[in-house]
Amino acid sequence: MSVAYSPNTLAEAREALARGAVKVAGATDLLVIDHASFRQHAAVLNVLAIGELRGIHVDDTGLNIGASSTFTQIRQSEDVVREAPLLIAAAATIGAAQIQNRATLGGNIANASPAGDSLPALLVLDAQIVLFGPRGRRTVRHDTFHIGYRKTALDADELIERVIIPRPGPTLQFFRKVGTRAAQAISKVVVGFSGNRSGPGLRNVRLAMGSIAPVPTRLVEVEAMIEGEPLSPALADRVCALVEKTISPIDDVRSTADYRRHVAGQVVRRMLLDFLEEPKA
Amino acid sequence: MNESYKFILNGRPTEVTGPPMARLLDVLRRDLGLTGSKEGCGEGECGACTVLLNNEAVCSCLVPLFQVDGASITTIEGLSPGDTLSDLQRVFAAEGGAQCGACTPGMIVTIRALLDRHPKPTRDQMREYVSGTLCRCTGYERIFRAVEVLTGQREAEGVPGAPVDGTSRG
Repeated sequence: MSVAYSPNTLAEAREALARGAVKVAGATDLLVIDHASFRQHAAVLNVLAIGELRGIHVDDTGLNIGASSTFTQIRQSEDVVREAPLLIAAAATIGAAQIQNRATLGGNIANASPAGDSLPALLVLDAQIVLFGPRGRRTVRHDTFHIGYRKTALDADELIERVIIPRPGPTLQFFRKVGTRAAQAISKVVVGFSGNRSGPGLRNVRLAMGSIAPVPTRLVEVEAMIEGEPLSPALADRVCALVEKTISPIDDVRSTADYRRHVAGQVVRRMLLDFLEEPKA
Repeated sequence: MNESYKFILNGRPTEVTGPPMARLLDVLRRDLGLTGSKEGCGEGECGACTVLLNNEAVCSCLVPLFQVDGASITTIEGLSPGDTLSDLQRVFAAEGGAQCGACTPGMIVTIRALLDRHPKPTRDQMREYVSGTLCRCTGYERIFRAVEVLTGQREAEGVPGAPVDGTSRG
């Protein structure tokens, strides 16, 4: 039987964290696994009770999103709509209303699924993750947080306090999730992209994908091929080929490696062709 | 360790003692005898167990008991006045929005949450909102028509053989 903690502040959460209590946010993954496996936890910590983990605001550090913000709250935030439309697009693809009303950004990050829909979005927005634990706060870059399949830089006695997305955000932001159906599918491939237009090409290019590797991954070689190059159909084809060569997805219950490789390349190719056709901002 | 949790259930103060990670769905059905909320998948995919938690639609199979302490919960039982049907339920019956009935409690609760946000929802708003509440009988068309009849966006037409006022013929 579990001991339950519902602290209202981070300071009051220290005891539960020191005991290694399992952190419970929206529980949309946790409770599925608990129930199916008859798993019991010695101690549980209700992070939804902690005041410091709530709320979304903009300050000198950037766009601050409290870890217990639900995807519904993120979709309704004017700050996120303005600063990070890519994250809005990602949030809209996570489950349906019932899941978006409960699932949290911090939970999606900590859960560390290779298919986590918000993760490629956070990667291409250069997100920083603020962690709280008995040794105080530390900030880690999102691209160093996921270190292996379902493994993260979060220590057992730490929790995710907030996510900071630097401002100003990139002016070009793109998100695409490919799943079995339009609504509430788990992704076969998820693609995030950001950059700024610069003359005939793009600068500060970031490209990340989910469901193609054990962790959500930035494709730095592909970014380098796009960076500063004038957009053209030929470039789009070369980039497509490099995406197919770079990623090494697997066959699983949701898709095949071949399909994932093909569709990942095509999503990026068509995105670049769309950028080429759109009137320049 | 079992602890005591207090919340408002269908407008009434309620106290339940149980393990903190007990599923709200099980507490409702087993401990409180409210069997209107159904268990379909148990994974948050089907929406049959949908209830309102602080006026937001959630899957009660994915809510641990200790997180509802102090909250307000409305189940399908709380959406019908006494032993009668609500207008939403009546129109579901009259327009053929319910067939086998397995999804109906969750669907009614989901639509209630939708109408609280969009009193005259568009088809796109309806489709997005019910995308997590699966119906394998109606193809959703009759559900959407029922909602549109209720909101005055469509004339009532009923389905052949169905009582127009939604009452049982039995």
